[in-house]
Formats: sequence, structure tokens, C-alpha cells
Amino acid sequence: MSVDAAELRRRTAELLKAHPPATTDRPDFLRARFDAGLAWVHYPEGLGGLGAPRTLQAVVDAELEAAGAPDNDPRRIGIGLGMAAPTILKYGTEEQKQRYLRPLWTGEEVWCQLFSEPGAGSDLAALGTRAVREGEDWVVNGQKVWTSSAHLARWAILIARTDPDVPKHAGITYFLCDMTDPGVEVRPLRQITGEAEFNEVFLTDVRIPDSRRLGEVGDGWRVAQTTLNNERVAIGGMRLPREGGMIAPVAKTWRERPELRTHDLHQRLLKLWVESEVARFTAERLRQQLVAGQPGPEGAGMKLAFARLNQEISGLEVELRGEEGLLYDDWTMRRPELVDFTGRDAGYRYLRSKGNSIEGGTSEVLLNIVAERVLGLPAEPRTDKDVAWKDLAR
Amino acid sequence: MTDLLYSEEEEALRAAVRDLLADHCDAPGVIARTESDAPHDLAAWKALADGMGLAGLLVPEAQGGQGAGHREVAVVLEELGRAVAPVPYLTSAVVATEALLECGDEELLGRLASGRTVAALAVGLHRAPGTAFAVARLENGTLHGELTGVADAAAADVLLVPAEDGGLYAVQASDATVTPQVSLDLTRPLAGVVLTGAPGRRLGDADPAVRRALRAGAGLLASEQLGLAEWALTETVRYLKERKQFNRPVGGFQALKHRLAQLWLEVVNLRAAARNAADALATGEDVDLAVAVAQAYAAPVAVHAAEEALQLHAGIGMTWEHPIHLYLKRAKADSIAYGTAGAHRSEVAELVDLQAP
Repeated sequence: MSVDAAELRRRTAELLKAHPPATTDRPDFLRARFDAGLAWVHYPEGLGGLGAPRTLQAVVDAELEAAGAPDNDPRRIGIGLGMAAPTILKYGTEEQKQRYLRPLWTGEEVWCQLFSEPGAGSDLAALGTRAVREGEDWVVNGQKVWTSSAHLARWAILIARTDPDVPKHAGITYFLCDMTDPGVEVRPLRQITGEAEFNEVFLTDVRIPDSRRLGEVGDGWRVAQTTLNNERVAIGGMRLPREGGMIAPVAKTWRERPELRTHDLHQRLLKLWVESEVARFTAERLRQQLVAGQPGPEGAGMKLAFARLNQEISGLEVELRGEEGLLYDDWTMRRPELVDFTGRDAGYRYLRSKGNSIEGGTSEVLLNIVAERVLGLPAEPRTDKDVAWKDLAR
Repeated sequence: MTDLLYSEEEEALRAAVRDLLADHCDAPGVIARTESDAPHDLAAWKALADGMGLAGLLVPEAQGGQGAGHREVAVVLEELGRAVAPVPYLTSAVVATEALLECGDEELLGRLASGRTVAALAVGLHRAPGTAFAVARLENGTLHGELTGVADAAAADVLLVPAEDGGLYAVQASDATVTPQVSLDLTRPLAGVVLTGAPGRRLGDADPAVRRALRAGAGLLASEQLGLAEWALTETVRYLKERKQFNRPVGGFQALKHRLAQLWLEVVNLRAAARNAADALATGEDVDLAVAVAQAYAAPVAVHAAEEALQLHAGIGMTWEHPIHLYLKRAKADSIAYGTAGAHRSEVAELVDLQAP
């Protein structure tokens, strides 16, 4: 029997009664919520869910928010929730699911992603981090990069090469890596903004027991597709109010500072305001399609659209500020837990948004994906398709 | 929140209109018609209006219409745009009809809804909602003067003429001299209207009627532009998969793939903006902003789509024989119709308080 909205409300009320948010510790409440199946209702029973339709999560969230219950700070644990969890759910053994999903969801264990490498960016499948079997363990050596939250993480999802003698996609295996292993070294990677959101991660003789392999040996590329597809789903589901994004601070400045206005900036601002509003409609239309159970291919385009808009709008904002645009708020090296677009000045937004067209797939690669998968145009030539990884040019 | 999807009924309506246009408006026929004595396809119009009852979608059932709404009209316009169909739908069943709805003229509304009478609002196609427009003089109770740039006037039985006294008048086309102008858009030609003592029947106040008519025209034009842009994208993708140069399909070159993917993204955005405008017109909520945003966005996308179609078809796209030029001409004319994107951006500036320096 499928759980409906009324039943979810009843169970939520029960949870709130048994664990009143006002008198319950945050971790205790979150664990109780997980055990009640109200964490992510579309997950199976016993793993934080009730096998209910995903769209009904909003019912639970609204009830809990109204009751002042704590949440699991989803932005802080986005990689765990959005990428590691769906992959563990799909490919994990029963023991793995039981062990990892609960502390992942409550935020007690933060996750990071060890995918990209200095030599494997857009061509992720060419990665060279090696995992070699030794008894019951895999011994891992290599270097990963652009790893957000690595300095906070207890666990990582990791893809590594287990067979160099087959073509690149075939020789990869997916692991769950303990970030406290002595062979894991995390170094901050300072960005053009001055801070270090992400890291380089050096893996030296890291021993991963075979029980922490996810999926079959050599099947890691397919397992990783679940991770990467869920990354894109997570980008599509948002609902923004009018002037809810990057356009907000520049519109505010425009209204409050008439002395900064010029005709050229006015035309450009209006064009970007309109484009932001239209992108908001497109995101809302995508959301309505998902709710109606008719997911469209539009999601592939949203990241492209928002990357360009964020960059153009923040660039305009720097220009609008004139003399102040020549200044920068703070170059101090920091280790932020979250990307904070609104708490900083225009110059920061301008520099940070440059990453929007690179992180999670460059805009160029996304345009290829749209052209090939949505429009059905011929794929790029794949000269490496039948070549053993060890024989590839690098 | 605005419903941005298409209902099952709307999809069924789309399929029916598309079938009808496939029978009536094939590209060679439309091209040949542009240089004939009858640039408007009155057989297609009769099938749409009389056969399917689509001319009365905006008119309440009590007044002889279908009592549907702007969302359905938008779907019809998408298909008409996709076919660059030379029928006076936007001008008569939307713009003139909205003016009559504002005036509350039941007799004429009923005739327009049936499709047996075609009307044209005698205001230049380039006028944006809320801006000034030319008016006829009143002398001894009859109308005088010359009004130019009136879209589809040559197909109209009745002209809705604003006059200097602030009234909107119904004038029989047979009482005026309607002269076709050589128009950029071959499938929505303009005409000049000369009035020399034409009798007119006062319908109501011109200002609110014209404003409402042009606002609906601008908002729903976005759906026509969407259909047009979709045709350009789909047809170009289809052609580039077939066309081979350098021993491979031209559509496999990354430079072209990226341009088509960008265009796809623009079309996806345009669909959301056009649906938002149609839904706002239907519900009456936040209409001015929804229309201004849609028109500020739509025109450049439709023009870009048609221009890309031409460039990526290359040589064949420059020929009179290939229909791309009909779409380019329509798209470019549409970028002026009911106000340019710039005019609509200025409207946005007023509505959301982003004032000019």
C-alpha cells in the first residue's frame, strides 16, 4: 500500500509528539526522523523512507518547518545527499546501505567526491588514480582535485582505475573511501576569490577493504553515472521567487543609487532582468513537469543558462559600482563551508561565478550533451574508444 | 502559481490544427500564394474558423464564441507560426476581437467568432500597447484620413477605426479604400486605409480597447514566435543530419552543434515565457509584466532562430524556393509588431521600478 499525504501528516505529527523539537537535541531529532521514514520519503522503508512518491516530501517538510523542527542543513551536506546517497541506494549491499545512509542523512558524517583529477577533467573516464588488489584490500595511489568539503568529510565516493589494460570506461571501479585513512592528505586549493572552498587530495597507499567497493569490479563508470545524473537533477528542482537570484543585489543597488545609473548600464540591466525572469519560468516549468511525472530534457539547459546569467549579471554589477567596483572586500585566505554569494561584495560574485560554467560539467561539454542527446546530432569522434587506457596519449 | 504546461485538451487542439495546416499550408503553396492576387489563404481560414470554430476561442459562448481562452489561442498561434500560415488569425480572432470585447459589441463579436466576418484594428502593426496611434478625422459624422501599416486589412470585411473624438468606429471595408503595401512580411501583409467620408458605427472608447487589443496581441505573438523558432530549429537540425560535406554530416561539427544547442536553450526559455504570458492573460494576474517580459524576450529569439536557420542551410537558405525566407521575414516583422523588444524592456523598467537614469 502506497503512503499518501494524509498518512504522512499523521506520521509527522506522531514524530513531533514523540520527539518535541523544543526539548529534543538536534541529532536525536534527526535520527528519529530518519527512523520514522520521514527523511526522504521516496527511499525504502528502513532506510529513512516509506517508498512514497518523491513529490510528497514537500508535505513532510512543510509540517516540520511549521513545527520549528531542525533540518539536516542540506546545503552543507549536498554531496552526500545529492550524489553519494542515490548511488549507495542503487548499488550498495544491504550492509553498506544500513551503515552509511543514516549518518549521511543526519549530517553526522559529511561526504565528498573524489572524481576529478589534474589529468581528467571533462574527460573524467581517463582518470589515472590506481587501485590495486592486495588480499582483502585495495591499495590506492593518485591525486584528486576540486574536492569541495574534503577537509570536513568523513567519507568520500571515489572512482579509481583497477584495470589499465582495457579501454578507459571499462577499467574503473567505484569505492567508498575513509577520509581519516593515514594515506589521505587534504591540501586547500586557493581560488581566484582568495578563499579555498575546495582541495587537492593526495592518496598514498590508502587501503580500502573490498567490503567498501560499490558495484562490481570494472563497473565503476556505470555506477558513477548515477552519481552524475543525480547531480544534474539536484540543480533542476529549485523554485525561485521573482528577483530571487543573482539579479537581486544589482537591482537593489540600481534602485538605491540613482547616481550610478547610465543609459548603457540601464539597457544591459533590463536585458538581464528579463532573461533572469524567463530563466525562472523555465525552471518553474521544469519543476511542474517533474511533479506531473513528465520530466523533460530542459534540465540539461538550466545549468548553462544560470551560469551565463550569473556571470553577466555580476560583471554588470561590478561595472555599475564604478569607483567601488575597483575595490574588493577581502582577499584573506579562508576555508568556507558553503558558497555564500549574498554575503559578499559584487567583486566576489563576479569572480566566484566564473566557476559556474566549469563546475559540474563545463558549458562546452553540456552543449555537446544537449546537441547529441536532445537534438540527436552526431557524437564527437571517439578515437580512444577501443584503445587500452595504458596506451592513451597523455 | 502560473500553469506553464500544456493540458491534454491543448495538445489535442494542437494536433488538430497541425493536421489541418499540413493539408492547407504546405511551403510551396504558401510561397506561390505570396505573389498571387490573394496573399491570404481564405480556404485555410475558413477551415480553421468555420470548420474548427477557432475564431471564437476568446468570445464567451453566450456571444456566439467557444468560451475558451488565451492558453488555447496560444497553442493555435504556435501552430500558425510553425506553418507561417497566411491567415488573419492574430489580427482578427485576437486583436480585433479583444477590442470588441472591451467595447462589448455583441453583434460584431458574434460575427467574428463565427469566422464569417474578418476584422482588422486600423492601428499600425508597429504600435506597442499603451503608446500613441494615428486617428481618423470626423467630419459631419463621417470618417476621413489615411491610416497605414494595418496588418491583414486586405482580408478584412470590417475595419475598427480610432477617431479623433476618442471613439472606436466600425467601418465596412467596402466603404474604405484599402491598398496593399509592399511588405517585408509576405505572409502577414500590411495595407493602407484611406477614408473619405466613410460611415462608421461608434463601438466605444478607443484608448482602452486599443490598449487591451495590443496587449493581448503582444502577449500571444510570443506563442507565434515560439512556433516559428521551433520550426527553424527542428528543420535546421533535420537538414544538418542529412547534409554531408567533408565526408560527414555537417551537423557533427562541434561549432554548429554548439550553436544549435544554444538555440535550443533559447527556444526552451521562450516556451516558458510564452506560456507564462498566455496563462497571465487567461487569469488576469500580473498581465502587463508577463506580456512585457515575453515580448522583450521573444522577438530576438525568433529572429535569431530564423537567421541561424538561413546561415546553417547556407546556399539553399538564400533561395526563394526554400521557405526559410518566409520565416525570416515574419520573424523580423514580428520584432517590430506590437512594439519592439526595447519598447517592452522600457515597460518592464516602469513596472518593476528599474528607472532610467
